[in-house]
Amino acid sequence: MSTSTFIAERHPSDPLFRADRLPHIWCPGCGIGPAMHAYAQAMVESEIPLARHVCVSGIGCTGRVPGYLNMDSYHTTHGRAIPFATAIAIVKPELEVTVYSGDGDLFAIGGNHFIHAARRNVDLNVICINNFNYGMTGGQVGPTTPMGARATTAPFGNYEQPFNLPYLAAATGAVFVARWTSLHLRQLKQAFLRAMKKRGFTFVEVLAPCPVGFGRPNDIGDAMEEMTLYRERCVVDASARLDSLDIDLRDKERPITLGNFVDIERPVFDPLAMMRPAGERENHAALAGKTQEG
Amino acid sequence: MTVARADAVLTGQHFFLGDHAFAEGALAAGCRFFGGYPITPSTEVAERLARRLPEVGGIFVQMEDELASMAAIVGASVAGARAMTATSGPGFSLMMENLGLAAMMEVPCVVVNVQRGGPSTGLPTLVGQADVMQARWGSHGDYEIVAYSPASPQECFDLTVKAFNTADQFRIPVLLMADEVVAHMTERVTIPPPEAIPHVERKRPGQGPGDNGFLPFKADDDLIPPMVHAGEGYRVHFTGLTHDERGYPVLTGPAHDRLVRRLVDKIRLKAWQIVEYEEYRVEDARVVVIAYGSTARSARRAVTLAREQGIPAGLLRPITLWPFPGERVRKLAERVSAFVVPELNLGQLSREVERFTSLPVLGVNHAGGAMMPPEPILDVIREARG
Repeated sequence: MSTSTFIAERHPSDPLFRADRLPHIWCPGCGIGPAMHAYAQAMVESEIPLARHVCVSGIGCTGRVPGYLNMDSYHTTHGRAIPFATAIAIVKPELEVTVYSGDGDLFAIGGNHFIHAARRNVDLNVICINNFNYGMTGGQVGPTTPMGARATTAPFGNYEQPFNLPYLAAATGAVFVARWTSLHLRQLKQAFLRAMKKRGFTFVEVLAPCPVGFGRPNDIGDAMEEMTLYRERCVVDASARLDSLDIDLRDKERPITLGNFVDIERPVFDPLAMMRPAGERENHAALAGKTQEG
Repeated sequence: MTVARADAVLTGQHFFLGDHAFAEGALAAGCRFFGGYPITPSTEVAERLARRLPEVGGIFVQMEDELASMAAIVGASVAGARAMTATSGPGFSLMMENLGLAAMMEVPCVVVNVQRGGPSTGLPTLVGQADVMQARWGSHGDYEIVAYSPASPQECFDLTVKAFNTADQFRIPVLLMADEVVAHMTERVTIPPPEAIPHVERKRPGQGPGDNGFLPFKADDDLIPPMVHAGEGYRVHFTGLTHDERGYPVLTGPAHDRLVRRLVDKIRLKAWQIVEYEEYRVEDARVVVIAYGSTARSARRAVTLAREQGIPAGLLRPITLWPFPGERVRKLAERVSAFVVPELNLGQLSREVERFTSLPVLGVNHAGGAMMPPEPILDVIREARG
């Protein structure tokens, strides 16, 4: 049978997206699209009705994700997605609120909000697309740019120590911490699912190619070459020491460690906790209708 | 869940601090979310709500900074709550970006700014009135704002209720521009029974979420779109980018002009409904003092003293700084000979007065730090009388 003339009218995932907004703004080879699709699939598989999922972003290439998803979505200001989403999550605890943004938005301009939301253990999922640079503005150095890497605002190479994001998230109190890449879509979707089923502050870092902003000036090549790099250098080790998770894409001897590193329980942020009898405090989110086990 | 209960509306007579009256006004208006950060001289608003909101099942969160506080009240409001924050100059500056977000996304919320001396850290514990123009123009881009200026603890209560109603009616952020003297003044405050508290409902869509062709940012004839909340099934998109009636980004000049013109016009065309002021002995006045907040209290005394000396003086007290009662100034200018504008800054609202008259506008200015006494105002009234 010839398939060359077969054109599908619709994709099975179409209802999850605002098809009338396509094509999207992302460059060929960008890693955001696959990660967005993994998130959409996870929402379906979460068995939480789509009307109860909310997606909030800041500014940047990744900040455009909620605009393409056919759901309640809020594209806020640079760095402020987390406090905006925090308020939604505590005003309507029955909603499954996810912040979907980039490394610059979440960890440079928005870093303070990240550590405080993690400390409070707000019932939020934070998904960070880490492409090691500011893509939207054209490839500037950021808080996750590896030492030595070149960027338009680090023309001689970056000389700042980057964040080790899983280590930061775990240290500040996240109850679930994972890192995958936009090549590891099955594991990524599973990590999103686990985050959605879990109460409290969860964090998933997604390493993603930015062939235009980061790959080209750093001799990594195009998206296929960066994906090949991920395939060859990534190792899955959920029991890896968190302080060993630094990334240097340019160091060929150094593995990139992936996995679900943290999965713990701790009381979820509840502004009215002290008004409840002691025995009821920690059950608040369950009373609001959340599934406790994933 | 079990949460201790108390009355949200403390009907009766009270002896209240202005800051506490803001808090009780918010509760009476149905505010059930406060996100804030401590800052003198507004901290008592947060302290009172930290105790009172949980008692009525509301949410108090002390955020990590004022950027987060402002973002949080916008987020709380899109989730359906009436939401407020309180701050002073430095925090007000930090809130400006997300104040613009609230204007652009058309999200109702209320911000109390208890003014102190600035710029920068300035005089943290002492009075100022120098954020008048920041209230109007502080966030980038074109937008209209509503800002009330209370002159007593009773007005701190009453205008907070009104601020929530105005915010919900027009889908805008509303400012309560107090000053340290009013906020730290203790006076009688009368709280009416709950059924006598004015309440304006947020306009909500007539269409259900399943209906085809629902456009979340399509305005009605009043230029205000009905508001959809998170989790209702409408699958809405809110963005700070220039957007169309679907809420989708459209980054073109014509789309921008259409949107921004509507956001501005929904207030400008209704300014006559929103504007409020109070007058004292202006009927036969030849010199009219225009003063607001604590300075209006001194100005009233100055007018009384002037009258005792045979000078026909009067007081126009703008209750809304924005929109400014400019048409009233224009009308008064037909029969008075001069305006006197005392304020605890080096000339801000006086500039607005000048836009509506060619008569002399005499400032009485001090950069702040203490309440303005009546005497220097009286001196300038005499000078204006010539």
